[in-house]
Amino acid sequence: MHLSELSLFSQGILVSAALVLFTSFVMLAQARIQPLIYAFAWQGALLSITTALVALVSGHTHLYISALLTFGLKALLIPWMLYRLTRRLHIQYDVEIVAHPSLTLLGGAVLVVFCYYVALPIAQLSTLVTRNTIAVSMATVLLGMLLMISRRTAVAQVIGFMSIENGLFFAAVASTYGMPMIVELGVAFDVLVAAVLFGVFFFQIRTSIDSLDVDRLNRLSERGE
Amino acid sequence: MSPLYLVLWLPLAGGLLLALVPNYRIAGYINVTIAAATFGSSVWLAWNVLGTGPELSPGKLFYIDAFNVYLVALTAFVGLTTAIFSRPYMQHEVERGRVGPPRMRLYHSMYQGFLFAMLLALTTNNMGVLWVAMEAATLTTVLLVSLYRTPESVEAAWKYFILCGVGIAQALFGTVLLYFAAERRLGAQRNDTLLWSVLHNHATQLDPAVLAIAFVFLLVGYGTKVGLVPLHNWLPDAHSEGPTPMSAVLSGLLLNVALYALVRVKMLVDGSLHTALAGHLMMGFGLLSFLVASLFLHRQHDIKRMYSYSSIEHMGLMTFAFGIGGALATFAALLHMTVHSLTKSSIFVTVGHASQLAGTQRIEHIRGLIRTQPQVGWGLLIGTLAIAGFPPFGVFMSEFLVLNATMKSWPWLTLPLLLGLAIAFAGLFRHLQPMVYGTPPPGQTRVKANMLPVAIHLALVLWLGLSIPLFLSHWFEQATSLISGSLPL
Repeated sequence: MHLSELSLFSQGILVSAALVLFTSFVMLAQARIQPLIYAFAWQGALLSITTALVALVSGHTHLYISALLTFGLKALLIPWMLYRLTRRLHIQYDVEIVAHPSLTLLGGAVLVVFCYYVALPIAQLSTLVTRNTIAVSMATVLLGMLLMISRRTAVAQVIGFMSIENGLFFAAVASTYGMPMIVELGVAFDVLVAAVLFGVFFFQIRTSIDSLDVDRLNRLSERGE
Repeated sequence: MSPLYLVLWLPLAGGLLLALVPNYRIAGYINVTIAAATFGSSVWLAWNVLGTGPELSPGKLFYIDAFNVYLVALTAFVGLTTAIFSRPYMQHEVERGRVGPPRMRLYHSMYQGFLFAMLLALTTNNMGVLWVAMEAATLTTVLLVSLYRTPESVEAAWKYFILCGVGIAQALFGTVLLYFAAERRLGAQRNDTLLWSVLHNHATQLDPAVLAIAFVFLLVGYGTKVGLVPLHNWLPDAHSEGPTPMSAVLSGLLLNVALYALVRVKMLVDGSLHTALAGHLMMGFGLLSFLVASLFLHRQHDIKRMYSYSSIEHMGLMTFAFGIGGALATFAALLHMTVHSLTKSSIFVTVGHASQLAGTQRIEHIRGLIRTQPQVGWGLLIGTLAIAGFPPFGVFMSEFLVLNATMKSWPWLTLPLLLGLAIAFAGLFRHLQPMVYGTPPPGQTRVKANMLPVAIHLALVLWLGLSIPLFLSHWFEQATSLISGSLPL
């Protein structure tokens, strides 16, 4: 089936899926803290646009609420909180030294291919659009993990964590028109509390090891002193 | 008004109320009172369900059957005894200057919040809310792990936060896939397709391919919280660096609730798949955790870390038993859940006293407990005997039943099981022996210890080992037939 044979709606979803995936790669490659936060905010905005699009076409009115919620939380509030925290901690211009940046990106590409492979059995009962979106959302989750693994600062890890949540939300919207309202509200609440707690932890980590480099959190192990 | 709402509202309201109480002494008493009221209403709820059978709340948001009601009662009970222990213990910690009064307010508020999250996870009928509650359980405890603000505890809390957060995110993906499968078959227009009761009724119609993938994600997600190897790294850190009452409820309760979630999911997947895939995966992960953790017991230098590894070992055994399926193994696993959480929380209570007494958690500096303070020494000795599976105690019973079930369906697996039990036994006792019997360092003095919770727990475990009371076995049988589809024995 050709892309042009799909309805405009499906094409729109595919485009936004591609863009979400693209922002994941942007985050993976971005070593500066502030642009990283912007990329994360863009991903949130794209998510909420997708959600609104799905709501428009499918007529599920509750999706408008979750689109608004996503926009407020993932595109505005959490990036703003992170931005403010980085300024208060004076790390907003920090550049992280990413080990093997090109290898990391290649690894990301491999992960995407792997996700399409895993999504194959699901595709049997599904349309082209959902097959793509499930694979893309799974890839967003895994890329978020890769981001967390390849980075050492606490801020980058938190952004990786939040982009995993983005991937999950995308999966819910694209494949099932969102979760029931009560679940979405609960998840949003959890994410918000998590964001606040992460802020608290930045300060706790900073006071305890005098840096936000989580690689230096290495006191606990099976060794006896 | 159904006692169910009391069970949920009490800890929630308690958490909010305690956030407003600045005096930590009064807050300690309020904490105990609320926990006692919660336990009372959970017994009431259990009594109702025992008499009238499963109960679906009017909005279908809550579903109580034999499987979760006993866990609700157990959770509320251990919550109560730990609150009783925590009041004087934390007061002592404040006097030692390890934590200040403002943080005690956080502690008490979060204690109730944590109980609420666990009870919500147990009682809810909605798979999505189950996930939300599991995540909330992490969020409420993560600040408690770093309560002392030492570099170690901050590190432990960060690890706990990140690993559990990422782990449980996988479970959300699994839940989305579950919803996806259900919507395909049951129609998108219904809004009850994520309810466990609905999913369970239609399990045979769900698409096996999607459910198999969903199960893998859910296993990784909730398995992280159960502490299954290789996803266990957060557990020993979080359990050993937090305040001791937290270790008791984390080890005794949170792990159970996570395993509960996993078993609920397995019930759905088994209905759809008609293969033993889910069971085999759980057996594999369970056995691996069991063996790895029992080996790690030997390498420990921190007493709380050691008992955390013992928790991983026992959770592995339970996961293994649930994985075998069948009536006998399921019955054994349910019993083991109960006796393990009773024994383990009593051990952590004793360990808390022991480390206050010795002024350290390092095993090589804890010596001669029996001579300095006999009740602490004996408590630790008897608790460890019980957890290692010595005969008159309940853990022996359940482990024996697990071995029996394994012998029936997977004879050659009894060998690694027995080996693991022996290794774990040796690992525990090589550290325990000098701690209990060694010569106490000069100047070691007694501490104010409240051993009542320990005595009650251990007496219950002993009782369960000698004879299981009729109402309890009736419960277990109902739960077993729910999970495995047949009656034990």
